[in-house]
Amino acid sequence: MRQSIAIVGALAIVIGSLCGQAAAKDAATAEFDKFREVMEDSNPAELFEAKGEDLWQAKRGPKQVALAESCDLGLGIGVVKGAYVQMPRYFADAGKVMDAERRIVWCMVEKQGFSAEELFRTPFANENFTPEPTSLVTYVAGASRNMKIAVPISEPHVQDTYQLGREVFSFRAGPYDFACATCHGEDGKRIRMQQLPNLAKKDEAIRAYQGWPGYRMTGGFMLTQQWRMNDCFRQQRFPEPRYLSDTVTSLLTYLTANANGNVYKGPGIKR
Amino acid sequence: MPNRFVFLLAALLVIAGVARADDYRLRALRMIQNDFQAKGQAGLDRLETDSLQHVCNKYSDKPPAPLLRLVEADQLATVKYPADGRLMGDWREGEKIAQSGRGFTWTDKPGLPVGGNCYNCHEISPRELSFGTLGPSLRNFGRNRGNTPEMRQYVFSKIFNAKSFNACSAMPRFGYIGALNEEQIRHLVALLLDPESPVNQ
Repeated sequence: MRQSIAIVGALAIVIGSLCGQAAAKDAATAEFDKFREVMEDSNPAELFEAKGEDLWQAKRGPKQVALAESCDLGLGIGVVKGAYVQMPRYFADAGKVMDAERRIVWCMVEKQGFSAEELFRTPFANENFTPEPTSLVTYVAGASRNMKIAVPISEPHVQDTYQLGREVFSFRAGPYDFACATCHGEDGKRIRMQQLPNLAKKDEAIRAYQGWPGYRMTGGFMLTQQWRMNDCFRQQRFPEPRYLSDTVTSLLTYLTANANGNVYKGPGIKR
Repeated sequence: MPNRFVFLLAALLVIAGVARADDYRLRALRMIQNDFQAKGQAGLDRLETDSLQHVCNKYSDKPPAPLLRLVEADQLATVKYPADGRLMGDWREGEKIAQSGRGFTWTDKPGLPVGGNCYNCHEISPRELSFGTLGPSLRNFGRNRGNTPEMRQYVFSKIFNAKSFNACSAMPRFGYIGALNEEQIRHLVALLLDPESPVNQ
């Protein structure tokens, strides 16, 4: 992973130069955005897209079936292009509204015969390990690059899930009385230097979506939106949301549908 | 007559709308109760809302005025003042507590001390440029408000239980939940009110 070392080095230089600056508040965010733009020309996420494509095409699992010949992401069996930006959506065969990762894992279990228990055991990447669903999500997301987000919000199941997600977004609990909305319900706020998008607003909700799945430079691994929601709840001081649960799907439905109409730029880079 | 019908219809629609919102709220609550697991120090008991959280959730952080006053009085009654009456500590210690944002997540070690999280949301000392803006700026807090006994009591109470003065404030109830102890809150009072504190320079 020579590439990831180079990236961490470059990041260290950027951070180092920022720390020295005095009145650099929002300038710091702007600098990072510039740096990210440069980095995205040779985005390490592409490695995971390639890996994910191999996994998508290969006959695998106890049933020796390829996802490409068995998995319907909403646009027909094997159709990947444009599927990511049209999820979460309702899948009649599962009787559920599902986000991309949930659907992919559902296909791996139902079509390929993989063990759900095993897939749920280590759902998120670390320095030494990338879960297969993470690579698959990255591949599927890459196939929606530069396409408009279009969650089918008028479909009744999706609409219902959206309404539930809105309630999850504003539910306050835990030792600090925090809801998602406590930090993400107002315009132009920050935690320390970190800009907080108002995720209830159409033109800002895209900021929670853009760049995911993302290659995390500190550590050098790929993370999905399922991970992002998990880590939000951690910081909210909540217990842990179950992987691929209705609660996480409803939240993703709310956030993604709020960003409908914006152009998705594909898998990205995160700090 | 038709006016009365229109009015009745409108009223019914409003009631139906409210009922639907309540329905989603209840369903979301049930869904949440099913979808979480305990991890580290973050147990499932954290999903059980107390009376304050219940009121803020129910009224989307805007309870009607009479209820608001009742809730705030309840919260103020939870504040425990130091037995010796001393409310000012050392602003240098307060600055350290204000800097730390650690504590209470499932990846944090359980137990005290946890951070005050103050800079996450407030501008405080002019020396710290990395501050959040969710809360108001506290620059010159003591210089503007005066280091009076009343102000010391207010600041102590506000940090102990922020909901005493604004029921659905975004600020946690640091003393009430046991995140900050009496001594730590004293140091934070000094950080804001001590004339020597950088806050007031």
